[in-house]
Amino acid sequence: MPGPFQYCVWFLCTFLEVSVVVCSIAKGSFRRYLSLNVYMVAACFVNLARFKILLTYGYLSPEYGYFYYYSDLLLTIGLYCALMGLYSRVFEEMGAGKYVRLGAVLLLLGTAGFSFAIVQQSSSRLLGQFVMDSRAMGHLVLEASQNLYFVGLVLTYVLWGAMLKLRETRTRLIQLVLALGLYFSVFAASYAFRNLSTGMRNDIWPYFIPISGCLLPLAWAYAFWRIPEEARIAPSRLAVVPR
Amino acid sequence: MMAGVIFVFSAAALLQFFISYCRSLIAASSKQSLSAEVKDVTGIQRFASGDDFKRVMQLLQLCPERPEDRNSVQAIGAYFRLLNFLRSTIAKFVPSMQDWTESERGHCAYFAAVALERRISFSRDMLAEQMDA
Repeated sequence: MPGPFQYCVWFLCTFLEVSVVVCSIAKGSFRRYLSLNVYMVAACFVNLARFKILLTYGYLSPEYGYFYYYSDLLLTIGLYCALMGLYSRVFEEMGAGKYVRLGAVLLLLGTAGFSFAIVQQSSSRLLGQFVMDSRAMGHLVLEASQNLYFVGLVLTYVLWGAMLKLRETRTRLIQLVLALGLYFSVFAASYAFRNLSTGMRNDIWPYFIPISGCLLPLAWAYAFWRIPEEARIAPSRLAVVPR
Repeated sequence: MMAGVIFVFSAAALLQFFISYCRSLIAASSKQSLSAEVKDVTGIQRFASGDDFKRVMQLLQLCPERPEDRNSVQAIGAYFRLLNFLRSTIAKFVPSMQDWTESERGHCAYFAAVALERRISFSRDMLAEQMDA
């Protein structure tokens, strides 16, 4: 059962998600970054629905478990759509919107196929044992989440590389992409670490993941509220390796 | 094996994104010039050095917090500690990295001075509001 700390972080995260949308509307950027805002609205509703199911069925119920992981999967797909929105913002001046949309559909299908392959492979392995206990199921979910976040990280990394190459100067867009990169890398690394340390006692995990979940809405709310759309920055200053 | 590869790549990407994100926060403040008053208080004239950071942070903690810049100040504090770590380890063997870390530490100090300037004007506004009330 979540403790007071987890509840606080949960509500903080929901509050920050609402803040992103409010800041974006207040600064007149809602339609410009529509996919990001739609994702934040969806994440907010999912948080509320999870809370309702938690209260109704309890933390250890299968209803809560299924809803948690299915909604997490849908939200990750939503985050890919948000990422595609950022791709189309970066490439809009090149008139490459059509190719980005095509790429997005292919990517979504590819990711779905990749995840299906993992699940099928693991399921046959598990069925071979004739036992599909909750521990094995948990491991399967960990592996799938780790891969999905990693694909997201690679895509964000490619976008960041393209932005440096194209000398993108829009500060807000840069901060949105970097925050997304941070979010994906934190989650991919922590899921991979959890996967590596299966069986070991891990006291940090219940605290680390919820706090990490607040990173993205916090950074996006900051970018919408503090950075004007017209702000510009020299991208060469941001590269870790000086250019 | 797969999880190990993903962990190493993600940790490296995390470090790179974190550095770039902090630099984007710093770059936004580097265009701002400091008032004569803040220059006097901090001792920073045009360029800040890494050694100024600790002092400026102490001054910053004396002022009432602005909710808007709390997280960015914390992020830059973490970035500064990372730079210190790099300076005392890898940079000892790579001279070019020594210059880079020192220049970045200076930028962090300048960022903190700009945050101090904002907090001072925020405190003044609060005081003025209280006086009016």
